[in-house]
Amino acid sequence: MGILRTPRRKRIWYQAVAALGLNAWLPNWLTGRIYQGKIKGVCVPVLNCYSCPSAMGACPIGALQTSLAGVRLNLAAAEAKFGLYTAGLLGAVGSVVGRMPCGWLCPFGLVQELMHKIPTPKLRLPRAFSCGRYVFLAVLVIALPLLIVDQYGLGQTWFCKWICPAGTLEAGIPLILLNKGLRGLIGFMYTWKVALLVLFLGWMTVSRRPFCRAVCPLGAILGLFNKASLFRMAVDDAKCTVCDKCRRDCPVDIKIYESANSPDCVRCLKCLESCKFGAISYDFLAKHEASKDFRIKSGA
Amino acid sequence: MKRRLPWLLMVLSLGVMIAGLLLGEYQAVLEKAVTVCLDCIGIG
Repeated sequence: MGILRTPRRKRIWYQAVAALGLNAWLPNWLTGRIYQGKIKGVCVPVLNCYSCPSAMGACPIGALQTSLAGVRLNLAAAEAKFGLYTAGLLGAVGSVVGRMPCGWLCPFGLVQELMHKIPTPKLRLPRAFSCGRYVFLAVLVIALPLLIVDQYGLGQTWFCKWICPAGTLEAGIPLILLNKGLRGLIGFMYTWKVALLVLFLGWMTVSRRPFCRAVCPLGAILGLFNKASLFRMAVDDAKCTVCDKCRRDCPVDIKIYESANSPDCVRCLKCLESCKFGAISYDFLAKHEASKDFRIKSGA
Repeated sequence: MKRRLPWLLMVLSLGVMIAGLLLGEYQAVLEKAVTVCLDCIGIG
């Protein structure tokens, strides 16, 4: 029951259950095929590759790129498909909770947090790296699929093809291992993507959630809503002592006392546990909760 | 105004999403999702 009363203390269980729930069609791990049910058109607000054998939903970044890559072809065929469904769904989620799905539901976020538990020397990611995810979003997810097209008017899913390590981990490696027919197709691209995945896995061990902060285009989209969502974080400057404990415990290494609704924040609420001065709080609809102030408890 | 903005964004987003659904985008996403994405797995 403690998990339900204060879920943030057991967030890892929520992440694990979400990872399993989003990839619940487990029999496909024996057959090497992918789930093909009619509900798979539902985009999930996390980075979860739809070519993972057991994935039950669609990756919004893959879906968005596919829509943009096909705009010219669709217009030539008198079909108006612009990725409105995916963009609207992300906007709806973002306007309610902002980037919270990154902190609580994303399987690749869970992978990064687990990798960071491996005892290695740790390295802080320079803040400027946060701009990277907007570049990946603007260039690889939006511009290139729209602008570079073949003779049929069809673009490519550039981010999936050249970068996405979630696709390699959740789909590329399992499908190649399970499906003999695909092994003959391995070439430079596969080697590139596996090498990139290894690089990211190494980076995760030394830095906190580096993919989310520097690369993830989905995090870039949802993060834009952090300042304008129904769920809002707040810091009481009068109570904050700038002890920096919240930053040290934060999975994305942010100073929430500088920007309570920073686009980097994944709203895991770990800082509510870290703060002992009652300075951090959140509001969501009628609910308000603040971190405990130990000074009040001890009567100081 | 700050309290209204999330609601406005939500209504706008839901409107955009419904427009996409009416244009048949769910089916388009489904068709992509039920096919192995060769780009995603690195052999496209």
